[in-house]
Amino acid sequence: MIHFDNICKRYPSGYDALNRINLRLHKGQMAFLTGHSGAGKSTLLKLIAMIERPTRGQIFLDGVNLNNISNRKIPYIRRNIGIIFQNHHLLYDRPVFDNVAMPLIIQGYRRQEIRKRVRAALNQVGLLSKEKSDPITLSGGEQQRVGIARAIIHKPLLLLADEPTGNLDPELSLEIMQLFARFNQVGTTVLIASHDLDLIKHTGFPSISLQDGQVAHNGLPFTVSNN
Amino acid sequence: MRNNPRKKSRLRSYFSHHLRTALASLGRLYAQPAATLMTAAVIAIALALPVGLYIALDNVAKLSSDWDGSTQISLFLHTHVKNSDAQKLMNQLQTHKQIKKIDFISKEQGLKQFRETSGFGDALKYLDSNPLPIVLVVHPKITGNKADATTLLVKELGKNKLVELAQLDVQWVKRLYTLLEIANRSIWVVSTMLAIAVLLIIGNTIRLDIQNRREEIEVSKLIGASDAFIRRPFLYTGLWYGVIGGLLATIVTLVSLALVENPIHKLALLYSSDFRLHGLGFVKTLLLILISCSLGLIGSWIAVSRHLKEIEPS
Repeated sequence: MIHFDNICKRYPSGYDALNRINLRLHKGQMAFLTGHSGAGKSTLLKLIAMIERPTRGQIFLDGVNLNNISNRKIPYIRRNIGIIFQNHHLLYDRPVFDNVAMPLIIQGYRRQEIRKRVRAALNQVGLLSKEKSDPITLSGGEQQRVGIARAIIHKPLLLLADEPTGNLDPELSLEIMQLFARFNQVGTTVLIASHDLDLIKHTGFPSISLQDGQVAHNGLPFTVSNN
Repeated sequence: MRNNPRKKSRLRSYFSHHLRTALASLGRLYAQPAATLMTAAVIAIALALPVGLYIALDNVAKLSSDWDGSTQISLFLHTHVKNSDAQKLMNQLQTHKQIKKIDFISKEQGLKQFRETSGFGDALKYLDSNPLPIVLVVHPKITGNKADATTLLVKELGKNKLVELAQLDVQWVKRLYTLLEIANRSIWVVSTMLAIAVLLIIGNTIRLDIQNRREEIEVSKLIGASDAFIRRPFLYTGLWYGVIGGLLATIVTLVSLALVENPIHKLALLYSSDFRLHGLGFVKTLLLILISCSLGLIGSWIAVSRHLKEIEPS
């Protein structure tokens, strides 16, 4: 699903965020990305979502070399990815329903289909009763779940999450992680950046640890390959 | 790449998306009526000004074209010329290839006209005899280089022994045409400048709109919105500004015309003319609104193409 081939990322300031990263995450796998802040977790996710481009090396997403994707084609790559942010990135000028519906509206789905899918997605994250609420009136955990509903509504192949539990207490964090595990069970590939080692241990999923822009430890089971 | 809706329903959904985007843009403008109206009013004034000038010029041109047809040469014959001789001269001149028509004004007719129109009617009673000459009013044929040809004709006619004076008032017509030409070009210059002003106004308004919706644009880009999708609501906003501005400009023009119409008609009556102010007409009103819409669209396009690129998710 994701294949990093000798990836280097140097920011214009001269800072080397990633240095010779080689990684393979297979279809249907779920893994954590750990490391101190500044280790390169966010940069790695940004490269997959094409928010940044690598300085050197190649990234393959579902077999597609991202270096060959022009800026104009980026939206179509992103439509296969669901992205979840620490600060939710919800739009507060519209109700929960409209926030969750955005990916489908962008992809030109019909109204009935959108209504059906938004309800289903909100049901999955346990917020069906809040579809008409304003996001600002929801708690932090609920807002994060709205963000997750928005990320999974278009059934992406890959789910990326950057510190999704950063602002939540342990109990809520575990709930969120269980939600991710459930999406993984139905075949979605999941990659979560987190520094919450206790939580990661608790869930039992493998983790990749980054240090100073390099892979310090790769806990992925290499032998597993359903590609 | 997958889960795509079928093609036919996709097309339908594309149009309904356009419709919804257009209505949403209009709704946003409606939600801030004061700001919207102010911007639209500026656009309307900037458009109504050249339109008003154009209408004024158009009317003057119409009026002067009436005069143009009536360019005429008055031949004042010597007072001793008799009616019969004058009649002979007239018949002779009527075969001239540059002359369309000749009106004969006898001494008596001239006196009558003078009495009726000059206001000196009473003074004429004290005259022993009629001091007025016979006048032949010559209507020249309009040819290509009409002013010069007419001048030559005047010279030619003036040489006739019976004619005391051949008079043509063509100079002022020439001057008028030159003035109209200058006015015409000035209107184009003013219109162009004001059109640029409208583009800048709309561009700036859209720029602010883009800044206010930065968060939305970023999120949309992150979840895979194409550039066209992100551009669309702003282009519709520009288009709506154009529509509202154009309609307002039409209203401003109509009200202004209504205000001056009556006095102008009165003035025309004083000159015993049935001249009436011509408005913009249906087609040109439509054209005005069309131009306004285009300016709205172009202005927003400029703003969008300049500022949307600056917003990238980070």
